Amino acid sequence: MAIDTEAPEAPERRPGELNLRELLRWSWRQLTSMRTALILLLLLALAAIPGSVIPQEGVDSLKASRWQDDHPKLTPIYERLGLFDVFDSVWFSAIYILLMVSLVGCILPRSLVYWRALRAAPPAAPRNLSRLPDHTTYTTEAPADEALAAVTAVLKQRRYRTLTGEDSVGAERGYLREAGNLLFHVSVLVVLVGFAIGSLFGYKGGVAIIEGGGFTNTLNQYDDFEPGSLFAADDMEPFSFKVEKFDAEWIKEGSSAGMARKFVADLSYREDPAAETDDYALKVNHPLTIGGTDVFLVGHGYAPVITVRDGNGEVAYSGPTIFLPEDQSFRSFGVIKAADAQPTPIGLEGWFYPTYAFTEETGPFSAFGDDLNPAISMLVYTGDLGMDDGDGQSVYELDKSKAELVKKPDGSMLRVDLAVGDTVELPNGAGTVSFDGYERWTKIQISRTPGKWVALAGVSLALLGLLGSLFIRPRRVWARVRREDGVDGGVTVVEVAGLDRSGGGDVAEELREIVAAASRKESP
Amino acid sequence: MSDSAWESLSNQFIGAAGIVYFLALIAHLVEWSALRKVPVTAVAKELVGSGAPTEPADVPAVDEATQSRIALFGRFGLILTGLAAALHLGALVGRGMAADPNRVPWGNMYEFTLSGTFVVAVVYLSLYKRYALSWLAPIVVGFNITVLMAAKIWLYDPVAPLTEALNSYWLIIHVVSAVIATGAFTVGGMLSVLFLLKERAPERTTGYLARVPATSTLDRISYRLHAFAFPVWTFAVLITGPIWAHQAWSSYWNWDPKEVWAFITWVIYAAYLHARATAGWKGRNAAYLALLGLATLWWSFIGINFFFGGGSQHSYAAPAAEIVVADRQ
Ligand code: HEM
Repeated sequence: MAIDTEAPEAPERRPGELNLRELLRWSWRQLTSMRTALILLLLLALAAIPGSVIPQEGVDSLKASRWQDDHPKLTPIYERLGLFDVFDSVWFSAIYILLMVSLVGCILPRSLVYWRALRAAPPAAPRNLSRLPDHTTYTTEAPADEALAAVTAVLKQRRYRTLTGEDSVGAERGYLREAGNLLFHVSVLVVLVGFAIGSLFGYKGGVAIIEGGGFTNTLNQYDDFEPGSLFAADDMEPFSFKVEKFDAEWIKEGSSAGMARKFVADLSYREDPAAETDDYALKVNHPLTIGGTDVFLVGHGYAPVITVRDGNGEVAYSGPTIFLPEDQSFRSFGVIKAADAQPTPIGLEGWFYPTYAFTEETGPFSAFGDDLNPAISMLVYTGDLGMDDGDGQSVYELDKSKAELVKKPDGSMLRVDLAVGDTVELPNGAGTVSFDGYERWTKIQISRTPGKWVALAGVSLALLGLLGSLFIRPRRVWARVRREDGVDGGVTVVEVAGLDRSGGGDVAEELREIVAAASRKESP
Repeated sequence: MSDSAWESLSNQFIGAAGIVYFLALIAHLVEWSALRKVPVTAVAKELVGSGAPTEPADVPAVDEATQSRIALFGRFGLILTGLAAALHLGALVGRGMAADPNRVPWGNMYEFTLSGTFVVAVVYLSLYKRYALSWLAPIVVGFNITVLMAAKIWLYDPVAPLTEALNSYWLIIHVVSAVIATGAFTVGGMLSVLFLLKERAPERTTGYLARVPATSTLDRISYRLHAFAFPVWTFAVLITGPIWAHQAWSSYWNWDPKEVWAFITWVIYAAYLHARATAGWKGRNAAYLALLGLATLWWSFIGINFFFGGGSQHSYAAPAAEIVVADRQ
């Protein structure tokens, strides 16, 4: 598609090259036509659809990778088509870039036309006003020049710009409509620029922090981190904070019993290492803004404190461990890796139940999200936990491929089911596991989105322009007076005609009002 | 009054509103069946609903009894629709009062549907005089009955407090503008359907379509409604939505399915506005685009919630924090 207007100047012109220029000019005119804009808009809508149907890597990477595992045949094809990343794909970008080029090609000439129209006088009255679809006539006793003055005054009152001729007046109003329209279209570009700045230079990351834990805003402190493609680590603001306390209120009755609300994480923070410490109660919908960075509370959970002693009675693992909630009742899954335990490493995998309950049908479950009857139930593995393989392991997964499930001496299932304060001895003198208690953790999301104010200003201006464009009615009105001789001295005939330039306006009503006002003026 | 009393009051009001809408529909059906015997020109003036009945000058075929029956039932229908809308409003207030703490009644799909249909009724009633909408009555009333029934059957949810993420004043602004735009787009879509039907049979002299105004009028009213709804939708989807998303989920635009469809809807309505200014697209094609826009609008409300799974909708939480904070209608 030809986006360039300027064909490189050829040293000498031959007919063929002229044709090329013509072709380019023709293409440009096509690209910037209303019809093309319309079709590009529809294409943009169409192209966005796969982004909602196919899991997107940028939106929910876990879901996307699950989908990819389930569809091994389609995945390579989809990957090649960019269907897991629609909004960054070549074809999606192509559509909106074409649309933007078309937009610029549309705005520039229209601004020029508008500029001229602004400075031009209203058009003079056409010869024959009764040819216009909306026109009306009235007569008056007043002399012609007075009648003309009266109509002109009414038009001026109604904020028309007028140009008076000898026996006629031309008037126009609603110039701002086109200004609104231009403002709207320019603002679309502004929004896009703001959006682009944010996705290029911004970043977004998350970290789970146990009550009492701290965080310093450097790359290695994040659990997950998504930088924009032009992000530089120097842009990270040097703040730090500590989660002093986390609270949630649990609804115990009614139809939404079991739901938590009023999450609050009490933070103490410093804007930079030299600054004073401040406090902030971090809540959902109430982020903490530090410079250009926002800190959000997006989740919470439990971290059981589990101590593993090895066969020699030495502490091989101890401390709160983050378990990930799996449902609304906060049954939470987690793993513990006591890799240095002797004689053999010990791994635990299982669940934490804040309100432990059990029935024969369901097995263990959590009846409530709050900590009314906390317990853990875990399986034990011994042997090689794959910790020395070199490639980093997730702290939420246990590599059981080379490990061995520990069973009771009689060969039946061994579950380590513990209430707070309990300790259990593992078979074969492997060691002990104690459930000492639990703490709470919060998931904190941190993001920096430069350009967000540009984008917001853009949409706000766009809305303003849109209102002007949709509700200001551009109109032209003309009046022409003529004297008609009659029996008793004659009358003045005034012809009034109007034109609505936006379509959909009610000109007849406007003319009626003008005529009524003008006749009132003449006969006080 | 206790919360549960408010909740059952709301349910009774919705039932009552449904019944009264139904009575209004019957009144309009009586009106229209009487009208079938009347040639179009005879009552054309009266249908304009200017209030003062005009004499049917030169059409003797219509007797006075029929005339007055038509006028009576037409007025009945209008009054009943107004009454139903009042009950409808009562049901909404009841929903809001039933929640603890009290809140705006648009926290889930059931409530959103209730509010949207209420806006449809309000748009119709408030424009009734200005655009002489009596011919729209059976469609609006029939639509509201159908949708309210569907909402009651498939969407009903007991009153619940808002999830934490919803608990923001942006909920009030964002959702109320989305609801208003949805209601206005819906009425605009009804006019586009009528436009397309009328365009196929412009010369009809009997039956319902004969009394629907000319295509140019339908097009103009439809445009006005869309021109009203589009900025409101822009405000809802592209201003307040992102502001709220940024506060609740740290990212003002995330291409979540609901956002994608709200965007698609916006782009299609922008195309509709363009089409009206483009030769070859005016009129019929513009009307088709308006209906396409309406389809995507409803889809982004209903389809996304039903077909894209409970968990994923508007859930921005990272997997590690799959928590109950993120869930908006
Ligand atoms: C990003 C893409 C675009 C969007 C979202 C968009 C949106 C809109 C909207 C909502 C309107 C309605 C306002 C009104 O009726 O006055 C409008 C009008 C208009 N647009 Fe665009 N537009 C886009 C691109 C373009 C392009 C590329 C052109 C040039 C070819 C263009 C030319 C126009 C014109 C001339 C009008 C005025 C129509 C009239 O007089 O009613 N637009 N646009």
